[in-house]
Amino acid sequence: MEWEVVIGLETHTQLQTKTKIFSGASTAFGSEPNTQACVVSLALPGVLPVLNKEAVKCAIKFGLAVNAEIASRSVFARKNYFYPDLPKGYQISQYELPVVGKGSMTIQVGSGDKAYEKVINITRAHLEEDAGKSVHGAQEGMSGIDLNRAGTPLLEIVTEPDMRSAAEAVAYAKKLHDLVQWIGICDGNMQEGSFRCDVNVSVRPKGSEKLGTRREIKNLNSFKFMQQAIEYETRWQIETLEDGGTIQQATVLFNPDTGETRAMRSKEEANDYRYFPDPDLLPLAISESDISTVKADMPELPEAMKARFEAQYGLAHYDANALTSSRGTADYFVSTVEAGSDAKLAANWVMGSVSAKLNAEDKEISASPISPSALASLIKRIQDGTISNNAAKQVFEAMWAGEGDADSIIESKGLKQVSDSGAIEAIVDEVLAANVAMVEEFKAGKEKAFNALVGQAMKASKGKANPAQVNEILKKKLGA
Amino acid sequence: MINKSLKQLGAMLQGKEISSVELTQEFLKRIDRLNPEINAFITLDKDKTLAQAKHADSLLAAGKGTALTGLPIGQKDIFVAKGWRTTCGSKMLETFIGPYDADIIERFDGVGAVNLGKTNMDEFAMGSSNETSYFGKVQNPWDRSRVPGGSSGGSAAAVAARLCAAATGTDTGGSIRQPASLCGLSGLKPTYGLASRFGMIAFASSLDQSGPMAKSCEDMALMMNVLTGFDKRDSTSLNREKEDYTRDLSKPLAGLKVGLPKEYFAEGLGADVAKVVHEAIAEYKKLGAEMVDISLPNTQLSIPVYYVLAPAEASSNLSRFDGVRYGHRAKEYGDLMDMYCKSRAEGFGAEVKRRILIGTYVLSAGYYDAYYLKAQQIRRLIAQDFENAFKQCDIIMGPTAPSTAFKAGEKADDPVAMYLQDIYTIAVNLAGLPGMSIPAGFAPSEDGKRLPVGLQIIGNYFDEARMLNAGHAYQQVTDWHTQMPEGIE
Amino acid sequence: MSLNSADIKRIAHLARIEVSDTEAEATLTKLTGILGLIEQMQAVDTKGIIPMSHSQDVTQRLREDVVTETNQRELFQSIAPAVEGGLYLVPKVIE
Repeated sequence: MEWEVVIGLETHTQLQTKTKIFSGASTAFGSEPNTQACVVSLALPGVLPVLNKEAVKCAIKFGLAVNAEIASRSVFARKNYFYPDLPKGYQISQYELPVVGKGSMTIQVGSGDKAYEKVINITRAHLEEDAGKSVHGAQEGMSGIDLNRAGTPLLEIVTEPDMRSAAEAVAYAKKLHDLVQWIGICDGNMQEGSFRCDVNVSVRPKGSEKLGTRREIKNLNSFKFMQQAIEYETRWQIETLEDGGTIQQATVLFNPDTGETRAMRSKEEANDYRYFPDPDLLPLAISESDISTVKADMPELPEAMKARFEAQYGLAHYDANALTSSRGTADYFVSTVEAGSDAKLAANWVMGSVSAKLNAEDKEISASPISPSALASLIKRIQDGTISNNAAKQVFEAMWAGEGDADSIIESKGLKQVSDSGAIEAIVDEVLAANVAMVEEFKAGKEKAFNALVGQAMKASKGKANPAQVNEILKKKLGA
Repeated sequence: MINKSLKQLGAMLQGKEISSVELTQEFLKRIDRLNPEINAFITLDKDKTLAQAKHADSLLAAGKGTALTGLPIGQKDIFVAKGWRTTCGSKMLETFIGPYDADIIERFDGVGAVNLGKTNMDEFAMGSSNETSYFGKVQNPWDRSRVPGGSSGGSAAAVAARLCAAATGTDTGGSIRQPASLCGLSGLKPTYGLASRFGMIAFASSLDQSGPMAKSCEDMALMMNVLTGFDKRDSTSLNREKEDYTRDLSKPLAGLKVGLPKEYFAEGLGADVAKVVHEAIAEYKKLGAEMVDISLPNTQLSIPVYYVLAPAEASSNLSRFDGVRYGHRAKEYGDLMDMYCKSRAEGFGAEVKRRILIGTYVLSAGYYDAYYLKAQQIRRLIAQDFENAFKQCDIIMGPTAPSTAFKAGEKADDPVAMYLQDIYTIAVNLAGLPGMSIPAGFAPSEDGKRLPVGLQIIGNYFDEARMLNAGHAYQQVTDWHTQMPEGIE
Repeated sequence: MSLNSADIKRIAHLARIEVSDTEAEATLTKLTGILGLIEQMQAVDTKGIIPMSHSQDVTQRLREDVVTETNQRELFQSIAPAVEGGLYLVPKVIE
């Protein structure tokens, strides 16, 4: 039987606020345990939550970014369960009335000929508080509880079960990861847990409309693990069903060491969360003017920017897409163009040499040793014919290595190309005189001989002659 | 002197007739003598109290005193106070030392009032007799074999026995008004949102409200001026302009329209209580008030609605008591689950556990709509009853409690009978309205004791000044509120 | 709606309160009485009535995103049942 996998994602994004969602305690990462656990984070008796304005602003930004409905009235609810990292014995979340409703995102899956686009529907996004952390090994048989993270604002973004492969799920997660950083609501740091995905996976016979029983893979904090976990889980579910077994709804964890998923022991029975509206908080009202204020503050979104790149700079769809994959890349490109570079050349360089170097050195574009204006000054030298493309690559390497700006490197390495037509004519004449046989071959109709002659001329000029001029002069002299 | 009002004692302090330290010591001496039996206070800290009195004296000496400066006030042990043991009447918090100050504590400290000690209460404010306190029951000073009411029974008994000049209370379903009624005091639950809940250990968040318990309406007005006000730490605190609650005290009552809900005088009201309440109403007529018959048709439903909503909220509010960060942790336990279950089983008393279980049940999967949602819908009907009533009248009057103080142990084993104590008070919390009880006379008990009866006055939202005016006018022509129990001299 | 003592045990477990069999029996009687009281609500037709969560029709006030809290770990942990190295200790959490 042919099987189809059905995937939906729930992503917890930590919002980039200075303080917690319901208290004035700092959200800075990496402090000593419990030094950022204030009276509210600790759920001391008598304390009360007050909502952080910035967290609401982040939710509105996200809603705008995915063309979602932003609720004029949403409600905070309590999700009741006991866990040592949950100090109140309930998590303040949103249940029936979330702040962000239905929206969508277009993802690009695969590359080359097999690349395709797909719309992923977003069911909702809601504000909630993060839990603390359990630290193991503090004492034999004990866990240590650190509540610094408790109360950090989260936006939980939930999709419809729209994805049909691990590749689609990963493409969505990456796109979402780019987007939340793009609009500045999340730092995207997956190691520190700022962006965590829960993936719901089920399988069904291809062609079936009915959803299979799902298992939820919790807390995936890298795209590689997500890919592996979904692939493993899919195989496991198909094998289980083919062996005549059934799938039990469960929460599972992925073990990166074994590459396997396994059901969690602790949360199995505790699924009666007894949600009810939190009486300590009032309904959250968001007006049209609140939304306009946030809108005015929003950066240009990737989709809009992509369309603009195509229209304004005449970039190909693929290139525009690649350049808007992250805010950093887009900003870098735009700055390069603004510094005077030709847009198409800038696009080629950013997606080519710059991106290759960054990948090789595992660097973010913001850490590029060549600034956009430095790159523009290099590209300008190509545009004005000062250096050839080949020479430009050498200059780029030198600039990357920190040897100076484009002009000084061109100067010190003597890479300026010869564009003086008199000088080139002299070189061409010498080459023609020295290679009579080749000239004869060309005249006899051998096109290749022409290229060989160009090569000789370039060699004679030590690579400095402007190749276009060499071409032109040769053609003239050969009467071609 | 012990029977003097806050107003009178304040004048003595301002006039340097007595110092705050002397006054405080006087009350502390009375506490030493009478509290071992009455058990109105759970925690005393004389050093802290006297240090505050000294500070108050320096404020007074510097001419910086205000109405409550230097006056010793009992604080219900539901308010977290920094450095003070704060138990909420529970074993769960037997050793809990408050690491911060509740808003109300800050406000009283801020005007130089003296915290005389933490008063006894039903455990987590759940009860109407003060018998659920882990720290023992409280005696009603009018008849020591009877309960003082609850949950603010310690505060009520303390004021009634003149162990303090006034006290604070909290009221979720009648916990200020019913003990005030049973102990012959004036007690006021303000409009929900006027007093901050920050630092008040939550029972049912959407109903809880703190308020004054004192000997007179005039004293309550002075306390209201201190304990109300916007607090940005409480999302449900209302941002309104500060009011002076004494401003209308002396207004004449002529033309005041008083609504008498027929449901408050129906079956279930004790004849002795009814008689006293009718006499009070007659007195109001003499003062020029006009009586209007009104109806609050959903009164009976307020009890079932309350016993869904309050336990539901409480079951969640009390989940934080898990033995992890503070509070009781069982000595012996196995795994994490066992630690939770044992610590909570040991730390909470029977009534608290019952309410947690009820609340957990009504919120659990499959029952939410039938119980919680339904209760919230009927809550709106109850609020609408009052909205309609206030189209016909300015204030509402009736009994505070269906009976006078009952014997300790009489209802302890029958939760349903106990819950009916709050039949006239609960609807006010559900609607979020202000409600008040003032002494209206006495009814004789079968064994010949004089037991106080309270008159309840319910106002429209933010109408506390008018209610205090009505109460004060009555207290100018009656002396029920100045009478003291025997045996407390 | 009638409860049995197995229900009591299930609810008590959800609420993390240990109850013995005898306690469950005693609790059952009292809870049944209370639920009987609550059952009165079912006679009311509430179709179309908007549930009331708050007595005032007001909306949530928002707090500025400014750090106001300082580290008071020592004070807060002075009332904790078990701490080590700044962490609250509990029996091992199993995932």
